Amino acid sequence: MPRVLLIEDDRAVREGVALALRRRGHEVAAVATGEDGLERVRSFRPDVVVLDLMLPGLPGLDVCRRVRALDQTLPIVMATARGDDEDIVVGLEAGADDYVVKPVQARVLEARIRAVLRRVSGAPAEGGIPRIDTYGELTVDRAGLSVARAGEPVPLAPSELRLLLTLSASPGQVFSRQQLLEAVWEHSYHGDARLVDACVRRLRAKLGEPPREPRWIRTVRGFGYRFTAR
Amino acid sequence: MRRPRLPQLRGLRTRLVLAFTLVAAVTAASTGALTFREARTGVLQQSQDAVIQQLRSQVGRLAPDLGYPPDRDELRRFAADVARAEPSGSWRVLATYGRLSATSVPGDRFAELSPALRASVRSHLATVFQRVAVGDHTALVVGMSVTFAEAPAEGVYASGIQVFLTVPQTTERAYVDALVTAVERAAVPALTLAVLLALLAARGVLRPVRALRRATRSIAEGHLDTRLAVEGSDELADLSHTFNETAAALEQSVAELRGMEARARRFAADVSHELRTPLAAMSAVTDVLDEDAAGLDPDTATAVRLISEETVKLARLVDDLMEISRFDAGVAVPHLDEIDLAESLRRTLDARAWTGLVDHDLPPPGALRGRVDPRRLDVVVANLVGNALRHGARPVGLRLYDGGAPGGTRLAVIEVTDTGPGIPEDVLPHVFERFYKSDAARTRTEGSGLGLAITAENVRLHGGTVQAANRPEGGAVFTVRLPLPADESPREER
Repeated sequence: MPRVLLIEDDRAVREGVALALRRRGHEVAAVATGEDGLERVRSFRPDVVVLDLMLPGLPGLDVCRRVRALDQTLPIVMATARGDDEDIVVGLEAGADDYVVKPVQARVLEARIRAVLRRVSGAPAEGGIPRIDTYGELTVDRAGLSVARAGEPVPLAPSELRLLLTLSASPGQVFSRQQLLEAVWEHSYHGDARLVDACVRRLRAKLGEPPREPRWIRTVRGFGYRFTAR
Repeated sequence: MRRPRLPQLRGLRTRLVLAFTLVAAVTAASTGALTFREARTGVLQQSQDAVIQQLRSQVGRLAPDLGYPPDRDELRRFAADVARAEPSGSWRVLATYGRLSATSVPGDRFAELSPALRASVRSHLATVFQRVAVGDHTALVVGMSVTFAEAPAEGVYASGIQVFLTVPQTTERAYVDALVTAVERAAVPALTLAVLLALLAARGVLRPVRALRRATRSIAEGHLDTRLAVEGSDELADLSHTFNETAAALEQSVAELRGMEARARRFAADVSHELRTPLAAMSAVTDVLDEDAAGLDPDTATAVRLISEETVKLARLVDDLMEISRFDAGVAVPHLDEIDLAESLRRTLDARAWTGLVDHDLPPPGALRGRVDPRRLDVVVANLVGNALRHGARPVGLRLYDGGAPGGTRLAVIEVTDTGPGIPEDVLPHVFERFYKSDAARTRTEGSGLGLAITAENVRLHGGTVQAANRPEGGAVFTVRLPLPADESPREER
């Protein structure tokens, strides 16, 4: 039973969303402020955080950053208004895994939560690929879902991990942003490609890729991304 | 507006030059003519007086030596002597006495002498003169009677001898020629000066006129803050001043209108924004309502389902309103990504389970790629196809092809056709307007009433165009044209 921490300041929205999620079998903790949310991250130990970006007091973006500082791997889904483009970009840079646009139907939000949780629990379908792959300094454990660089574990958020697993499963193959949106985020083909770009940036930073000349994750201009084994 | 056939002649400058030249020419000609007439009269008077004076004194000097009554020889000698008074020999003299007559030049028929003059001299005893034109030159004919010096007490005593003189008026002709030449010579600089003055005046008038024209054009282009520098206090300065006042008034009313429009749009944006939070709460629980409706009594179930359905529609409407507000506010930005356009269109149909309902004619994978905002392209295609499925009749067609000129910029053309009754001609210009309802009976549809407006805005955001038309074979066709910038080295890595 997934544990969802809902941080939403509006009482009606909070109660409505919490009700809908509980009925779908989630265990929900709902709080009204960012401060309470951060406290509940420690005490409630959620599997996923649903975070409204428009919060009184501690802004949603700061909450997002602090949650990331507490836990590198905890999935975060932002709830934003259509058009709050700046917030979406900053939120993704701050480490959010996905976002939904309000008003959102419960089944859409739930689908996103499930998709984000799937990223943690299972690697993409693969056959005959060794469980542990090594690409120079980089080690990817496909069964244990862990990544290490030069022996040091690299904690990855679920979308970062799934992105790396997807790309590295077929080294040399170019993936379009739309393909990655469908494979990693389970979004539609016409989803927001900025999710991919932001996630690639975060992944490169965590892997310690040199900004000018990334070693593993290369951009193919006009097409998308590909993974190089060396 | 009709174009002038001879724009050159209609120009202010040309007209001014023509007018000035005309005035100068008329002035020169009339001044010359008047001067000439006065001068000629004067010259003639003077030469007449001189000739008559000279003749009279000559006759007065020679007449006493003439025998009385004179014979023909004496008369001839007398005439020759009188004629000799003019050294150049231009004088021709006729002396008569009764039936006798003699001329200074032998055989001279004295054709210039008219019978009237002759009669006048005989009857009046006075000196009579007449100007006679013979052929192409004129001559002065003077006639006088010779009288006795010692007259009887009753008065002057006519001797019966008459003297006639003919002088060709060549000096006068020369004088006239000289005058004409002088007028001609004066006219050339006068005309030149007139042209120069005209150009100068034209410049003085045209400069403000040009400034006015530039300013008017600038206003027409939307630069409502255009003002003219007012110089001097003539009519053109007045005009410039009026122009400035008009422009200021125009600017102010446009600013007011824009302010009103901006307030109206902000109001719409604010309303949608405020509606979003309650809608977020309601949207979250519509699924709960749907799931539990089956277990309620029928009336409540119907009410609950209504609330659920309408909440979903309201959420979509608010979403569309927010979207259009962002276009109005100019904050809509495309998130461009280079994608396969045919793939995008295919996915749009797939995602809505329209693939079987729509005849699609799409290029093969990889044939038409372009930098677009995938989400917005999806909105455009979904709105047009959805519109065709709802309002037109099936089969609905979707076609994508490169409509750019060979070698030029590529142009993705998306055509959505239906086989319905088409769009009434009076509705066509309005189909992309917000909430435009073509049919009063169709007051509410599945759409928000903003779909086509959002479509148009999204296409415009991509620098493209969208048109609605009716096909000759029946049904409506919506055509989207998206310019696709040239590829930029697609394989370059970084």
